[in-house]
Amino acid sequence: MIDLILNDFFWRAMAGGLMVAMVAGPLGCFVVWRRMAYFGDTLAHSALLGIALGTAFQANLNLSIVLVCVLLAVILMLLSRQQSLASDTLLGILSHSSLAIGLVVLGMMQDFSIDLTGYLFGDLLAINQRDLLWIALGGAFILMLTVWLWRGLLMITIHEELATVEGHRTGLLRLALMLMLSLVIATAMKIVGVLLITALLIIPAAAARPLAATPERMAVIASLLGMGSVVAGMTLSWHVDTPAGPSVVVAAFGFFLLLWLVRARAPA
Amino acid sequence: MTEPVVSLEDAGLRYGETHVLHDLTFSMSEGDIVTVIGPNGAGKTSLIKLILGIEKPSSGHVRQRAGTRVGYVPQRMTLQPTLPLTVGRFLGLAGGDPSAIEAALARTGVAQLADESVHHLSGGEFQRVLLARAILRRPQLLVLDEPAQGLDVNGQSALYELIRSLRDELNCAVLTVSHDLHVVMASTDTVLCLNGHICCRGQPEQISQDPAFTQLFGENLANTLAVYHHHHNHSHDVHGETVP
Repeated sequence: MIDLILNDFFWRAMAGGLMVAMVAGPLGCFVVWRRMAYFGDTLAHSALLGIALGTAFQANLNLSIVLVCVLLAVILMLLSRQQSLASDTLLGILSHSSLAIGLVVLGMMQDFSIDLTGYLFGDLLAINQRDLLWIALGGAFILMLTVWLWRGLLMITIHEELATVEGHRTGLLRLALMLMLSLVIATAMKIVGVLLITALLIIPAAAARPLAATPERMAVIASLLGMGSVVAGMTLSWHVDTPAGPSVVVAAFGFFLLLWLVRARAPA
Repeated sequence: MTEPVVSLEDAGLRYGETHVLHDLTFSMSEGDIVTVIGPNGAGKTSLIKLILGIEKPSSGHVRQRAGTRVGYVPQRMTLQPTLPLTVGRFLGLAGGDPSAIEAALARTGVAQLADESVHHLSGGEFQRVLLARAILRRPQLLVLDEPAQGLDVNGQSALYELIRSLRDELNCAVLTVSHDLHVVMASTDTVLCLNGHICCRGQPEQISQDPAFTQLFGENLANTLAVYHHHHNHSHDVHGETVP
């Protein structure tokens, strides 16, 4: 069984996708609750800069993606304290600049044959055993951190000052959340690509909202919906020969539409 | 004499070049009920932030007694509708077992709301839920920012009555910020009149006759309050002399 998963590219992709979707569920909820969708986009775009720099310096790509994402997150946190620019303007500047710089740097390295489409839209079927190990380790780490910090993360989301008064270290918690998002984005890039990562975070979470009465339920349902989207999208991709990453996002969107339509028709 | 729960010593707060608060000196001990009143922009919410330790004073000192448990009822909490949350779960996030949560909700008169979504509560119900959450921590210092906002007069009196009896039960210091002068005057021990600095302070009946208070709130209002308060503390005989 494990042999089959490790040695067949389809099942490797399925396993990697399922793990990322599971971790993205709870974090996606925070992105939805804290209105950080644009922030997620910015981090994702900066991941491309991470790839460009990693390739240029021949460093480990996963590591360079995480480093650039974290660096950008910290810069954003510091700049947002200045408040001389609206935060969406600031995000827009950093988001598109890092994407553009990434593309320019990649363009300058013509001797490297880089599959840009793979990075932009994901190359799920190209996941190798090493990638799978990275996803498993990173995913387990993020999931444990999410569970461990859950109460504090929820409190700073509900009311930051109340959280401070109750003894939560709000600054550290916010930093931890950004770090976890950076890690998820670095791992999820292989699956759905830079341009579609935020979709994998927010669509399952948004779809889970009408089904949940508590934050914990919403997180679990978001994970399950994300995993369902991976299975459905991969199956679609296999049978109809569509690109895997976008198929997963389309499946997630399908779940979202279905759940909200059912909800809208049901008597309140 | 035991150390006060919280004390301010020449404390001031400045954002950039703007002095929001200056030269604040006062302290609170267990059982004290202090109400802060003042016009908009007087720095009431900033004072709360100083006392809670959310903001550090830019001058002077603010000291909380070591290990003080603080209960805080914030003003106008806007909850994200995307975040599903029941009242019970909201209290659970503050720590405490289910029976303690049930007791706290019962104490503030909203036990029936435990399984309700926080998004479906009325303003008054939500204030009581927040108060329940604050007393769940068995605070030595209870801080309330405009707790009676949006309540009608009966609701306000009931809420202040509840706060008073909670003070007796928990023996905590209570600091309230309020706009609702009438109710405040009837239900507090000490009034602290704030306008960047402490204009005047004292018992409600003293305050309402203080020139600084009159200047801040206008003569008419001050007079109404004075009369209103007399009505509650002592009577006048036929000759206009006060009798207890």
